[in-house]
Amino acid sequence: MYAQMVDTGAKKLRSPEEMTPEERAFQARVDADIKIEPKDWMPEAYRKTLIRQISQHAHSEIVGMLPEGNWITRAPTLQRKAILMAKVQDEAGHGLYLYCAAETLGVSRDQMVADLHSGKAKYSSIFNYPTLTWADIGAIGWLVDGAAIMNQIPLCRCSFGPYSRAMIRVCKEESFHQRQGFDIMIKLCRGTPEQKAMAQDALNRWWWPSLMMFGPPDASSVHSAQSAQWKIKILSNDELRQRFIEQTVPQADFLGITMPDPDLKWNPERGHYDFGAIDWSELYEVVKGNGPCNRDRLRARVEAWENGAWVREAALAHAAKRAAAAEKAA
Amino acid sequence: MSDDRSLFEYLLRLADSDLILAQRLGEWVGHGPVLEEDIATTNVGLDLLGQSRLWFAYAGEVEARFNDGSGRSEDELAFLRDAGEFRNLMLVEQPNGNYADTMARQFYFDVWHELLLRGLAESTDARIAEIASKALKEVRYHGDRSADWVIRLGDGTDESHRKMQAAIDGLWMYTGEMFDVDAVDLALIDGGIACDARALAAPWRQRVDAVLDEATLRLPTDVWMQGSNGRGGKQGVHTEHIGPMLAQMQWLQRAYPGARW
Amino acid sequence: MSREWPLWEIFIRSQHGLAHKHVGSLHAPDAEMAIKNARDVYTRRNEGVSIWAVRSSEIAASSPGEKGPLFEPASSKVYRHPTFFPMPDEVKHI
Repeated sequence: MYAQMVDTGAKKLRSPEEMTPEERAFQARVDADIKIEPKDWMPEAYRKTLIRQISQHAHSEIVGMLPEGNWITRAPTLQRKAILMAKVQDEAGHGLYLYCAAETLGVSRDQMVADLHSGKAKYSSIFNYPTLTWADIGAIGWLVDGAAIMNQIPLCRCSFGPYSRAMIRVCKEESFHQRQGFDIMIKLCRGTPEQKAMAQDALNRWWWPSLMMFGPPDASSVHSAQSAQWKIKILSNDELRQRFIEQTVPQADFLGITMPDPDLKWNPERGHYDFGAIDWSELYEVVKGNGPCNRDRLRARVEAWENGAWVREAALAHAAKRAAAAEKAA
Repeated sequence: MSDDRSLFEYLLRLADSDLILAQRLGEWVGHGPVLEEDIATTNVGLDLLGQSRLWFAYAGEVEARFNDGSGRSEDELAFLRDAGEFRNLMLVEQPNGNYADTMARQFYFDVWHELLLRGLAESTDARIAEIASKALKEVRYHGDRSADWVIRLGDGTDESHRKMQAAIDGLWMYTGEMFDVDAVDLALIDGGIACDARALAAPWRQRVDAVLDEATLRLPTDVWMQGSNGRGGKQGVHTEHIGPMLAQMQWLQRAYPGARW
Repeated sequence: MSREWPLWEIFIRSQHGLAHKHVGSLHAPDAEMAIKNARDVYTRRNEGVSIWAVRSSEIAASSPGEKGPLFEPASSKVYRHPTFFPMPDEVKHI
């Protein structure tokens, strides 16, 4: 999802007998749905995995501002401009909540940002695709935010208190995002033939990357099993993907546009939609850094950070002067 | 010019400065020096965008009065006028530059904007007074923030001081037109509809001086003020920067005439 | 790498008269800016009318190891909770 393929460091899932007494007590609390708080004892691997997962999630929010932010100056109406600005601003807020949640685990935001910029930390593959038309802003809200909500609602129940609280705050704000996206799609699909074609084109380009957002099938992944045991991953990638498809297909029907998947059809025996094979090699390449926009996205973030260094520095220097003056006056 | 035509012009000046500055601030989204600042700057942009829409709505209604009942919508006014029809101050169309440039532009504008809105909150035109009162609450906060940043950067590090001083100097020549009045203003000042911008010069200068003093910055004085010959942004004569900006802002509306979004 | 802005914990009192509530944290160079940033970060949807900002490093917190002595005595005083006193169904408004 916004956090894909998070490494837990686990080689295999351990039974209670293999755990130390502390680990057993920890797991018992998790099993009893008691939230783990920053000062509580936790296994080092749990802490490290959460830092990876939460920071990846935060980076996704921040990098995700770029493909949409690039349309703020070109939004077609003043109302759309205001909505989009507010939405992208919310994403900055979500990134901030998440960085703060990760900071409770003993990592600084500067360190997380440095890891993003060096390529050590990842962000969601989806934001490495370009926004080429206004319809892409609709498609991102409808599909990408739709997929995000699907993942984030269960995460409100995750075992780590600060992460869970951040997710609750994010989810409260996020449903506006999906709705504004769908609203753009409705307008386009009811508009001129060119606008409708724009909407169909956006769906064609965003559909498969959206399905990839959930990550590769994880039934046999030891990391997924470990994350599930720790309750920092609530549903499997495949479950989430299937739910997403189920939710989205009728919405596309309503819009009168078609998923770019000839194999997508209702399977009455399964009671679910069947869908075509996903090209996982594309996901692996994008995650590796070879998506259409990886380099641009990272460059934009590094530039913003470096260009802002003197501003951050000056604010600190001034605060120190003020504090010194106040001390002298006292 | 009839009173309604003058009023329409006057409202466009208010709307356009808000819109153009909001558009500039929109360019910062996702590129700010720190996440907290990104969020704060976007709030200012959103406030200004909201204010411009209120002014546009009223302008459209006023236009209908002298145009056979047909006034333009906010989007027609924002997206389908060319540069020469825009009435914003030249100050607000200046490029973002570095953060000091953006903050200097904001600070000069905010101090003026707050004084102007205080005047307009007392307008004899009830609608203007209502919009100005609402906007004033937002703009007071904008002014606090931008003044704070001018001080922090001015009295921060050597590098930030240099950059802040350069920004203050570079934009100074665009501040003169804020206090000029022309026939449009004069037609509305007597009836108490518009705010007499000439009267804002002294309090503006006082506030700017105080902040720059705290910021250890000096004010440039011997500079020719752009637009002071009555050919400035308010009269539709702009700097080169507005063209590319409008091209970007308006192209979707212009590429698909008549489409609804 | 340059130094990082310090972390602040933000508390907000909503319009409904409840006490200030912890809403999250943020970075700021000093208290004044922490409050301004809190306004922009945590009250974008009209959430509050009053803000407290406290340096995270200045907060003294109980440690989980002391949970027993700190909180268990309270859990034995069940009579402090109104549900301890069953009321007859026919008695209303109590």
